[in-house]
Amino acid sequence: MNVRQISVFLENRAGRLASILQCVTEAQCNLRAMSLSDTSDFGIVRLLVDDVDRCTATLRDRGHTFNVTEMVALEMPDRPGGLNRILDAITAAGLNVEYMYAFATRTPGKAVVIFRFEDNAVAIPALTAAGYPALTEEQVRAL
Amino acid sequence: MTTPTSKPLSWAETLPRAELRALQSERLRAVVRHAYDHVPFYRRRMDEAGVRPDDIRDIADLAKLPFTVKKDFRDQYPFGMLGTPLRDIVRIHASSGTTGKPTVAASTQADLDVWAECAARALERAGSTPESIVQVSYGYGLFTGGLGMHYAAERLGAAVVPASAGNTEKQVMLMKDFGVTTLCCTPSYALQIAEVGAAMGVDMHSLKLRAGHFGAEPWTEAMRKHIEEVLPLKAYDIYGLSEVAGPGVAGECTQQSGLHFCEDHFYPEIIDPETGAPLPDGEKGELVVTCLSKYGQPLLRYRTRDITCILPDACPCGRTTRRIARLMGRTDDMLIIRGVNVFPSQIEDVLVRVKGVLPQYLITVDRQGNLDTMEIQIEIGNDAFTDKIKTLEALRADLQHRLKTVLNVGAKVKLCEPGSIERTLGKAVRVRDLRKI
Repeated sequence: MNVRQISVFLENRAGRLASILQCVTEAQCNLRAMSLSDTSDFGIVRLLVDDVDRCTATLRDRGHTFNVTEMVALEMPDRPGGLNRILDAITAAGLNVEYMYAFATRTPGKAVVIFRFEDNAVAIPALTAAGYPALTEEQVRAL
Repeated sequence: MTTPTSKPLSWAETLPRAELRALQSERLRAVVRHAYDHVPFYRRRMDEAGVRPDDIRDIADLAKLPFTVKKDFRDQYPFGMLGTPLRDIVRIHASSGTTGKPTVAASTQADLDVWAECAARALERAGSTPESIVQVSYGYGLFTGGLGMHYAAERLGAAVVPASAGNTEKQVMLMKDFGVTTLCCTPSYALQIAEVGAAMGVDMHSLKLRAGHFGAEPWTEAMRKHIEEVLPLKAYDIYGLSEVAGPGVAGECTQQSGLHFCEDHFYPEIIDPETGAPLPDGEKGELVVTCLSKYGQPLLRYRTRDITCILPDACPCGRTTRRIARLMGRTDDMLIIRGVNVFPSQIEDVLVRVKGVLPQYLITVDRQGNLDTMEIQIEIGNDAFTDKIKTLEALRADLQHRLKTVLNVGAKVKLCEPGSIERTLGKAVRVRDLRKI
């Protein structure tokens, strides 16, 4: 299964981010990665957690607005230029990136980059052909 | 050259009360008969109430007629209230409705002439003459403010500067260069003009301004004082509504104590808003207006939702027409934002059409400087949510656009989490008005 990301609507008001993360805690979930995108009025918190179903159940109970999106996760070498080569491959394949973020793993020398493409059905085969197969949720968890 | 008229504009304003009453009764009889014969809506209403046109002999019989309310305009939209064939209609204005459909105000040439005459009286009452230069800084368009005062000034024989609202620096320049004597706009815009003029380095007290006719939004005696301090004019309150005509239905004289009602054409009553019972002069209640001379779109006993009272004493100016007090509020939840009428229900009507947006909202109205601002908090549910900022921004822009189209005034939309707008057990709180008017 592709990596699932939970995106949560974040109102620009004191304590809202804490409230979202409280849900993650209550669901006994571990955060693997988190990124935050914002405008002057609102934001979106994007979360990779170790148990998507438990986390979304809690968010739903607490009345948060959220959705779950399938992302493309790629492994990359944790050294200078590692991300550049992947971006070159994306450019060469003519893919548009909606947004992305990256994190280092517990395995020395390995990092993961997460992409949001418009259409995974187009992006995944193109990246596989370029030598970057998409990681599954289990593979990311194991890194 | 002005059109020669047989009578001065103000002839009906000094009639002995008995003569005025005879005139009102005569006009009422004719207009009720016309409405019954030509508007199926009125015929149905009167039949239901068991009133025949012949039962209406005197102005005192008015109370026998059923009320007309804003919802009737929506139910009869667009032309169900017309009392003449469309070919006799020469202009159609539209104001806010309580939902997406506007309230239609259609007029024959004769209706427009009556309105212009009444609004011209308002200018004249405050001392304007054919020598005056009148700058109309109300918006021109579907809103009746601009065109209403425009034709009023022409009717008076004054020179009109049809500036419309906006482009304030230019307004100040025209005022100064043309020697404008009379200003017509919303009271908050008058303050804006004064402020912008001062910032431009113009000595506003050197202007030739003598009279200002301000209306279309609530204001106070304190604001009158303030306007008179920053501009070299006397500030006069003017009242009107498009269902009846537009600005000029009533307006102050130089006494600045109450608005003379043009009651030879527009008959005012005050009722108890709960029971509908007519109240005597001097008592506060809801203003109800009957158009005695309007045939294009007859209007009988229209509940304006405005709260005021009819002043019981005679005005020292010598006019015999009765006056209403400055408006004291509304019996409904209508808001007036920059002179534009806004009903919370219009906003609800927009929201229920957008998928994923909850029908929970909170309107916050404030005044920054002299300009009203409106922010609408809207709760966003999972169906409308995406993980992409640009999609949410597009949703917000779409909501803002839809609301502006319906409300005719811009509002800032703020997307909120579900549950962030406080729920109440009783009547929902939809409006926070932080303006200190």
